[in-house]
Amino acid sequence: MIPRQLVITVAVLLVAVLGMSVYAWRMRGRAAAIPGASVDTRPLEPAFSGPTERATLYVAFDADGSLRARSAQIPLPTGRQQQAEELMSALLSIYLEKTSPHPLAPGADVRSVYLVDPGVAVIDLNSAFADGHRSGVLVEELTVTSLIHTISANIPGVLKVKILVNGKERETLAGHADLTGLYDVTAVNQLSTELQPVQ
Amino acid sequence: MRWINRRRAEVLDRVQPVAQKIRRRLRPPLLTVCGSVLMAAILLVAAVPEKHLSVYSTAANYSLLLTQRDRRDYVGLLEVLEPLGKVTAKSDGQRWRLRYNNKIEGEFFAGRTRVRVQGRDAELPARFILENGRGLVPLSSLASLLPRFLGGPVTVHEDSGRLFIGSVATHFTASLAADNPPKLVFHFTTAVNPTVSTEPGSLRMTFSREPLVAPALPTLTFGSKVIPSATYSENNGGAVITVTSPVPLIASFSSDGRTVTISPTSLSSQTVVTPPGPSGPTPSTTPGNGAGSSGSRRYFAVVDASHGGDDRGETLSTTLFEKDVTVALARSLRQELESRGITVLALRDSDVNLSLDQRAFLVNNNHAAVYISLHATAIGHGVRVYTALLPWGGDDRGPFHSWETSQHAYLPLSQSAATDIANEFQKRQIPVRSLTAPLRPLNNVTTAALAIEVAPQGTDLSQLTAPDYQQLVTSAVATAIAADRDKLGAPQ
Repeated sequence: MIPRQLVITVAVLLVAVLGMSVYAWRMRGRAAAIPGASVDTRPLEPAFSGPTERATLYVAFDADGSLRARSAQIPLPTGRQQQAEELMSALLSIYLEKTSPHPLAPGADVRSVYLVDPGVAVIDLNSAFADGHRSGVLVEELTVTSLIHTISANIPGVLKVKILVNGKERETLAGHADLTGLYDVTAVNQLSTELQPVQ
Repeated sequence: MRWINRRRAEVLDRVQPVAQKIRRRLRPPLLTVCGSVLMAAILLVAAVPEKHLSVYSTAANYSLLLTQRDRRDYVGLLEVLEPLGKVTAKSDGQRWRLRYNNKIEGEFFAGRTRVRVQGRDAELPARFILENGRGLVPLSSLASLLPRFLGGPVTVHEDSGRLFIGSVATHFTASLAADNPPKLVFHFTTAVNPTVSTEPGSLRMTFSREPLVAPALPTLTFGSKVIPSATYSENNGGAVITVTSPVPLIASFSSDGRTVTISPTSLSSQTVVTPPGPSGPTPSTTPGNGAGSSGSRRYFAVVDASHGGDDRGETLSTTLFEKDVTVALARSLRQELESRGITVLALRDSDVNLSLDQRAFLVNNNHAAVYISLHATAIGHGVRVYTALLPWGGDDRGPFHSWETSQHAYLPLSQSAATDIANEFQKRQIPVRSLTAPLRPLNNVTTAALAIEVAPQGTDLSQLTAPDYQQLVTSAVATAIAADRDKLGAPQ
């Protein structure tokens, strides 16, 4: 004969286990329903720690369709390639802020930057960057110019820039800015002058 | 007594022949006068046609008779509102009350100009007339009176008796197809079924049921000897398009009534020549025999509505895509250019896929003097005029040009045209900016090439679809291109 107290204890424990299971299941559903949490890949802290250097970022402003120089302290990596990636990372952190002057889609990122001799830089964007980019001649042009001019202004010797998406060539960024050719840095620098804010 | 009777008989014997003679003589003139009066009455009635008011709305299109009172056109208010909702009217002595959709109540007084709708006073331009329980208001009062009942805008074309309720309008474009002999092709935004009549020197299409609205200019010229022009006019509740020609014309319908093709009657026995180009959608064309052509050039300008088909371009709102706005802009620009005697090849006039290479191929193959690509955006204000930002490359080998930098030799001409267009926008106080852009197919085009991106002037996105704003933009572009005609048309 099983003692009555034991039966009651086991019953209470079973009810508690079932209740916890139901609670845990519902919490899991709620967590899955929170939008964007799973695709926000922004790093919580800088990927590199150590000495920093001053760099000039060329930041796009949608409000007046301009490109403005902004000073930033970026980590001082050893190689040019890492330096280019740090520049892109610093630029994107501005665009992904809540009060961004030129918002990019959540999850937008630069996968890597390759510096290929002689004087070619390849910027590889992730799919979220291009797929979620707003469409329009000026808005796409601002993004492209900002990326290219930031690299060419800080890394000497870059003459041409190619932009890939997820490691592959794509026809346009979001329907307008051409990504099939190599960007001529001299022409882009001229364009960035045209995009300076009107005084 | 017997004497008297004899005497009377004698007199009658003498008078009767004379009377018969007179009667015989008078009969033909009398008959003529009576007949003339009758004929005059018939002709008079026929010469003064009844005046009509055509009403166009999303609910129904209908026609009402206008009544002349005090040398003004009057219309029964109940009859105007009846097809649009539930209407009841009640007259009480000199007072006439009208109730629309059980909500809105109007109060009118016979002989007075002051009326009351929903407790608010309004003034009619002439007195209200009450006839046998029927309330008549002046036609000119409908523009201010109807919005109070219907809660939306109405447009009254008072002279022609046409009333547009809400945003109902059928627009059209006309272009001359590059055939021999030429054909005039009308594209309508909705299906139409006009009454077609011909007379020496013209073909007339009368639209009595369609809310057809006027093009930018009432007279369209095509620079052709066979079909020199077409005019748009409105009268008595209808719209009329009259196509002039020294040869007899026929009209044929296609695209479920959205396209009407006017051609010389002899055309049916001839082979239709299609314009050259790559496989894919056939562009909408006008021939190059006009004033704008230079030498063997068939088209002076190529107008390109960017995107189309699967490529929707920018999503401007949940229901509006860039590809739709660019088609409307292209139609408007084509019309503006044609009205200035410039021959136009429109690359896209419907929702079709057209690759960037196909667009460049069509422009280069037709040796046009200028290529204008049209874009629309919700971002920013005003208009941006772009020329090509050429990519790295440009390895031209002898007569073979690099595809990526084909524009290189024409860039100064493109920049000059862009400056002139920007100046024209500034003259019209439209905010404008000139830039270079990495935008294909500008860099692949072997003639002056421009892209124009149109944004609303303020924050109201609906401005992009407003015909008056579109025309403001396209007329500025067309004016600048027309002014640059000699410069652009000169051999390069």
